[in-house]
Amino acid sequence: MKTESRLEKVLRAGHFAVTAECGPPKGSDVSVLETKSAHLRGYVDAVNVTDNQTAIVRMSSVAACAILKGLGVEPVLQMVTRDRNRIALQSDLFGAYALGIRNVLCLTGDHQTFGNQKQAVGVFDLDSTQLIRTVRDMRDNGKIIGGEDIQGAPKMFIGAAENPFADPVTWRVVRLSKKIDAGVDFIQTQCIFNVDRFSEFMHQARDMGLTQKVSILAGITPIKSVGMARYMATKVAGMDIPDEVIARVAGVPKDKQADEGIRIAVETIQKVREIKGVAGIHLMAIEWEHRVPEILEAAGLEKRPEV
Amino acid sequence: MIVAELKPINEIRNMIDRYSSILVVGCDSCVAECAAGGQRETMLLAAALKLSYGRENKGPRITEAWLDRQCVDDFIDRIADQVPEHEAILSLGCGAGVQALARVYTDKPIIPALNTLFIGETQMRGVWQENCLGCGQCKLGYFGAVCPVTRCSKKLMNGPCGGSKGGQCEVNSEIQCGWDMIIRRLEGLGELDRLSEYVPPVDWSTSHSGGPRRVVREDQKP
Repeated sequence: MKTESRLEKVLRAGHFAVTAECGPPKGSDVSVLETKSAHLRGYVDAVNVTDNQTAIVRMSSVAACAILKGLGVEPVLQMVTRDRNRIALQSDLFGAYALGIRNVLCLTGDHQTFGNQKQAVGVFDLDSTQLIRTVRDMRDNGKIIGGEDIQGAPKMFIGAAENPFADPVTWRVVRLSKKIDAGVDFIQTQCIFNVDRFSEFMHQARDMGLTQKVSILAGITPIKSVGMARYMATKVAGMDIPDEVIARVAGVPKDKQADEGIRIAVETIQKVREIKGVAGIHLMAIEWEHRVPEILEAAGLEKRPEV
Repeated sequence: MIVAELKPINEIRNMIDRYSSILVVGCDSCVAECAAGGQRETMLLAAALKLSYGRENKGPRITEAWLDRQCVDDFIDRIADQVPEHEAILSLGCGAGVQALARVYTDKPIIPALNTLFIGETQMRGVWQENCLGCGQCKLGYFGAVCPVTRCSKKLMNGPCGGSKGGQCEVNSEIQCGWDMIIRRLEGLGELDRLSEYVPPVDWSTSHSGGPRRVVREDQKP
């Protein structure tokens, strides 16, 4: 074991892991986290706490992670390099570990023009791959960028994102390989609606021996309505939703679309479980945390292993 | 070259309305190439200002002039005779030209008529593209002569982000994905292997992050 992370224990023991996502409130209201965590506690191995996702200002992910931990949920700290330079990122890693956080997901982040502070400077001092290497060097070598020793090294289980559906297609697996070389332990993928393309990505990853080196969690997002599906297909960066998926949701009455979306999510979970090298799922039920238990029950994944 | 754009005339008027005589000074280098501040644009702006004041029966004295380069003392000196006759200078130079005039003509207000935008190239008539941020450590040799610091909206050094789609950037469809360009070009050159190595964090101390930069060369001094 490299860390004290529960997620690492689950994956190392060979269990099919389940992670979920929790967006912090747009403010300081702790009750939002209390409500969301009540839906997730016991059903998942760890919960990602988003870091000002889509560049919308929210409660800091470090603070929300610490609160979730106190509520009995294992947090995964998302960190984007968009808003903080290497001084602030490294400082927050020290603080996060001191607060009991054991998992970190290294991201570059959506560009600030997507959010509600469009005039902000984009920092991008590091990229996500460089952040991975930074966290690894802290853990394995006890050093910060530049090589200085640290007092009490944070030992984080290191994650990153990968989008099998972005372009250029030939580059996606090369990029995954670079992240592995940088020191990543687990990958959460972009939401999968195009299972064939994801399967091809996994095939390439297996051929390069990458699934031996990193645990890949398949990204799953239940569609709430045909409006959401169309919005994600056209407006969300790097999303691939085949027309037949949209048509399937559009083909049922409005009040039944959410159930249809959940059925698609459950079927997708079942399909990705069959793909060799998939180590678990990452369920991104955006502002829909209360439906996570029924999705996992339908997929037969509601019982989490004791580790 | 430096690429710039003319400010809206109302904004210029807000800054110069207080003066009774204005020397409008163009620059025939970069900003002439991008059709923002050359001889032609200087004459057009002076004419537009005269018309604008004329409509309000106001008549500040407006004189046109232009310099081959507004950022070099030898050229700046060529308007030395005209400067004392005017209350202020309206510069169609880039930010460097405006500040060079202010350094030389210490007792004159210097007002910018342009918004200075970037270091770039003329891709075709009417199209200028930013392609250098002046980071002070050119790495174009490793990236197929496409700059990841400038052409990637997130300055990524280790490959494209997940928002690259069909060769376009996630920021908007008008922006080409810099990493898509890097990969295609290196693929064409048979040098994709240059991208397999991990690229460590950039040393930004040679960029503007290290403070305003200055080059001093004893061998070039008079």
